[in-house]
Amino acid sequence: MSRKKYSVAIRDVIAEEMRSDPSVFVMGEDIGALGGVFGCTRDLQKEFGKERVRDTPIAEAGYVGTGIGAALTGMRPILDFMYLDFVYVAMDQLLNQAAKLRYMYGGRATLPLVVRGQQGIGRGNAGTHSQSVEAFFTHIPGFKVAMPSTASDAAGLLRTAIRDNNPVMFIEHKALYASSEEVPDDPNFAIPFGKAAVRRQGKDVTLIATSLMVGRALEAAEALSKEGIEAEVIDPRTLLPLDLDTMLKSIEKTGRAVVVHEAHKNNGVGAEIASQIMEAGFKFLDAPVIRLGAKACTLPFSLVLENAVVPGVDDIHKAAKQVCYK
Amino acid sequence: MDKQTILQVYETMLTIRKFEEKALHLFEENKLRGSVHLSIGQEAVAAVVGAYLRDEDYITSTHRGHGHAIAKGARPDKAMAELMGRETGYCGGRGGSMHIADVEKGNLGANAIVGGGIPHANGAALSAQLRGTDQVAVSFFGDGAANEGIFHETLNIASIWKLPVIFICENNQYGMTTAVDSVTSVKDIAVRAAGYDMPGEVVDGNDVFAMEKAVKKAIKRAQEGEGPTLIEAKTYRWKGHWTGDPEVYRTRDEVEEWKAKCPIKRLEKHMQDKKILSLEQIKATHKKIDKLIDEAEEFALSSPDPDPATVLDNVYYEGDK
Repeated sequence: MSRKKYSVAIRDVIAEEMRSDPSVFVMGEDIGALGGVFGCTRDLQKEFGKERVRDTPIAEAGYVGTGIGAALTGMRPILDFMYLDFVYVAMDQLLNQAAKLRYMYGGRATLPLVVRGQQGIGRGNAGTHSQSVEAFFTHIPGFKVAMPSTASDAAGLLRTAIRDNNPVMFIEHKALYASSEEVPDDPNFAIPFGKAAVRRQGKDVTLIATSLMVGRALEAAEALSKEGIEAEVIDPRTLLPLDLDTMLKSIEKTGRAVVVHEAHKNNGVGAEIASQIMEAGFKFLDAPVIRLGAKACTLPFSLVLENAVVPGVDDIHKAAKQVCYK
Repeated sequence: MDKQTILQVYETMLTIRKFEEKALHLFEENKLRGSVHLSIGQEAVAAVVGAYLRDEDYITSTHRGHGHAIAKGARPDKAMAELMGRETGYCGGRGGSMHIADVEKGNLGANAIVGGGIPHANGAALSAQLRGTDQVAVSFFGDGAANEGIFHETLNIASIWKLPVIFICENNQYGMTTAVDSVTSVKDIAVRAAGYDMPGEVVDGNDVFAMEKAVKKAIKRAQEGEGPTLIEAKTYRWKGHWTGDPEVYRTRDEVEEWKAKCPIKRLEKHMQDKKILSLEQIKATHKKIDKLIDEAEEFALSSPDPDPATVLDNVYYEGDK
């Protein structure tokens, strides 16, 4: 085990996979000499050269489409997005092309493609650099979607993503890059998709949280504990596939659930999770599931306003008590 | 062009023509549905490119892509079955006319989003470059796609990385119902190559020998590591944009003028003049292709529909790397 930052864990896995598999390469904006704005590709160009760590023009649709062609013909590209907000510039290539080609070709094509980058709040980047994009990629069938909340998960899930033969949307969080923890040194350490992590055990209420919200849910759980409410905190880790079983097992015990994400609450992934819980686990529920997510407005620039839009520890705390009727 | 290649190009053009005439007939008989975009009149472009690509080379194609697929070696029977949405079609009935692909044979697919497939050729060329092979990739697209942003992004990337890719714009004069000159900043799309520091050439797309010259040069350039080429093949689609197009945007005279420039008739005349094929041999070739297409129709009509129980298959690749 080595203590690593989330960003370094990502960098190291890319390097290890590039060493062991010559078909893996990286493309993106400012990833070479700079090593990416957040350092996730730092020094990779020094080790692997400009051919395999390719700086692209600012042409997101162009390099995603180029990545698709490479993936169709035997390569395993990793497409680096400086900000995942920029996926909208490349949406046709991502959702009409990458997501659909295998199916439309009757299964006679594989697209081992990783699209990775960061999203979310924390730097006062305003509406086009602070949002959360996962719902788009869980709505259109074809992508798998991973959202690591810790350094170790980032490493294990990214290795799975790179070795997967499907397009994977790998969603990191800018406010988590500096967080660190022990990460296994095993160059084959991989976390399978579709296995949620139970971050905290509890018997009274289930808090289902993604990415940055996992930490906030854990904080809320500590506060709840002081009031005699023991919250179980579940991090799905991947949204597609989604580990409903682990959530249902928890809810069978607690009878109550709060789903919290940083993305907009309206039509968000939380609505899907809450519905799946209701469809499969209604008999376990003692209270309606509560969803928490960003308010239905563009992410504002002011940090004061940003904090007012995205769920905070207090919001989670309050929702947990509400489903406990306390 | 040697005699053998001339005959190959000729048979490919005839196959495309008769395949599409059959598709139109079946559509009118209500045996085909969905979108069917015909390239009748444009066959020379696909046929010549197909003749000079090897099996291991790549193409990307368009919504008007039957010709490209056939020229890259697609079997008419499996292609017709796909047009009918049958299980035996190239995509098992999941893609239809606008998505015929045969990735293992280098056809990375027709693409129903205008310009959508252009960068995929770039990627295949990058893949060849990274793997150190001498494969080349050809991207077919129409005049309409040359006004999409993705066209410009792709050409820029191909140029800076000197990718072994050939961009072939089939300028058939109309983007759906809109005349190309009414929506395009330049008279010749080929001049846009200059903006991306690559050769750009206007070619008579109905002349197989003009196409031959341009395509050979572009392949050589790609294989020698000099990078991409843009070829603009001026041609014309005889039929409407889609089956049922009222064609209010052009005159009958204009269509007739272009029919007089039929690439197949031109080659037939050349072959007779040069004594490559006699009239009898030409007639025999027509009969041979008619039979091939009739068999394709029969195969498609007698093929089963896909099983609804399999509708969720192949959303994802299942299994390990």
